[in-house]
Amino acid sequence: MNAKGKVHKYLDNVDTDVIIPARYLNSSEPSELAAHCMEDIDKDFVNNVEQGDIMVARNNFGCGSSREHAPIAIKASGIGCVIAATFARIFYRNAINIGLPIMECPEAAENINDGDEVEVDFDTGIIKDITTGKEFKAEPFPEFIKEIINKNGLMNSLN
Amino acid sequence: MGMTMTQKILADHAGLESVKAGQLIKAKLDMVLGNDVTTPVAIKEFKAAGFDKVFDKDKVSIVLDHFTPNKDIKSAEHCKMCREFAGDKDVTNFYDVGEMGVEHALLPEKGLVAPGEVIIGADSHTCTYGAVGAFSTGVGSTDMAAGMATGEAWFKVPSALKFNLTGKPAKWISGKDVILHIIGMIGVDGALYKSMEFGGDGLKYLSIDDRLTMANMAIEAGGKNGIFEVDDVTKAYLDERVDREYKIYTADSDAQYDAVYDIDLSALKPTVAFPHLPENTKTIDEVGEVKLDQCVIGSCTNGRLEDLEKAAEIFKGKHVAKNVRAIIIPATQKIYREAMKEGLFDIFMDAGCVISTPTCGPCLGGHMGILAKGERAISTSNRNFVGRMGHPESEVYLASPVVAAASAIKGYICGPDEI
Repeated sequence: MNAKGKVHKYLDNVDTDVIIPARYLNSSEPSELAAHCMEDIDKDFVNNVEQGDIMVARNNFGCGSSREHAPIAIKASGIGCVIAATFARIFYRNAINIGLPIMECPEAAENINDGDEVEVDFDTGIIKDITTGKEFKAEPFPEFIKEIINKNGLMNSLN
Repeated sequence: MGMTMTQKILADHAGLESVKAGQLIKAKLDMVLGNDVTTPVAIKEFKAAGFDKVFDKDKVSIVLDHFTPNKDIKSAEHCKMCREFAGDKDVTNFYDVGEMGVEHALLPEKGLVAPGEVIIGADSHTCTYGAVGAFSTGVGSTDMAAGMATGEAWFKVPSALKFNLTGKPAKWISGKDVILHIIGMIGVDGALYKSMEFGGDGLKYLSIDDRLTMANMAIEAGGKNGIFEVDDVTKAYLDERVDREYKIYTADSDAQYDAVYDIDLSALKPTVAFPHLPENTKTIDEVGEVKLDQCVIGSCTNGRLEDLEKAAEIFKGKHVAKNVRAIIIPATQKIYREAMKEGLFDIFMDAGCVISTPTCGPCLGGHMGILAKGERAISTSNRNFVGRMGHPESEVYLASPVVAAASAIKGYICGPDEI
């Protein structure tokens, strides 16, 4: 499985309150959540994002609230993969559980620029920055987690 | 190799002799919790996967606390969905308006969490119950759905940071100052994926309410859980609430920690976290002049009886500054009633404060105290992210109840000694 698209780059400690502000949590509809994704730190995101684009951030991405609405909003906005140096642990679980591909790779998080064209291979963990020609390798998931991802989320893996 | 307190609880719940940091395990759950924001998503997942009953009706708690009493039609629809699910699945611990409180104040108060238990909740502040020696951690809605269906959850066994507390805190220093100090020291990802284990001689000076505040904010350092050694203070609290048997775990003497921090409680000063991260802490003598528009005293962090009693000590005979709105939110119906009986409501109302029904409300910018563009609030809650309490250009400063109360009276951030 692959993802290829334009990069939307953010910095450290992107919290779930800015990914999807609580004022919109009276809805749990993915499309409604996606319409407000990132708006408190990047008003243009929802207008600029295209299907398959890639979000890149630095440390502690998704910190704060446990709201699964955050990875749901990102996924429904069209993002095909989130790459960060580190993820906050609840966001990490939630992304895996709902089938939003994520990759931990500090080098990629540091070196990929906003607007770069990037291709990600989920099987090998290879991240290619087509714009700069640089290549990075993400930590592979443990087998246990790969199984959840391969079954397209936690609930499917229970059956 | 020895195990930490958290590792021993997880090993027992996974049916294993021992576990080590990094190991992936499946553990049995003693409680699965959700609220009116996260449970609707869990219900959809639960139904879509074809489950028709919960694993144990006594081990699921659903608390309608975030946008209640319903703030709008959509919130009302979410609550209705939770109510119908709880009724249909015969969920014992379903708390609706009239019985509900802020979930992390309510569950310990009702005796629904006990030492040695494993609890997951679809709310990040589920880590609160480590105050009574439980392993508890926040998860998302899908984990809640799977937990309700199977009674199990997967975990990566965490390594740990040890906080050795010594000394006696000064009069106005509370658990809030201790945890803000720690987050300021290690940062918002200082405990990422790790346990924060609290112990030491200084523990005896921290009440259960102090410990609940501290464990509550473990997530603000990125922690998987925060957990306290069980002592006589814990046992006295539990004696009045828990009648089932529970097991007290202690860390092995040779347990491994990633780091050990010595915290001298006697050296701490009132501490405030500046926008827009809980790690941006300053002691009260460093804050400078910060004028305020609003003060909120409440939340799962600091809406308990002791918090209200301390705030009342400051507010007694005083009045909030002109143009400052002071909002007091007792966290549960029981706390509300006790505060009223103790005469605290008269003190608050004479001081010009408003008293709300229990709700998470303003803490997450839901309702009951939203900030306009450019406004500043001091709050006893746990997060001060961009837009957390309203407009993206508003600001939230985190502090203890006594600092919040003193600041409301003066109209700018100050310590209780100024009153």
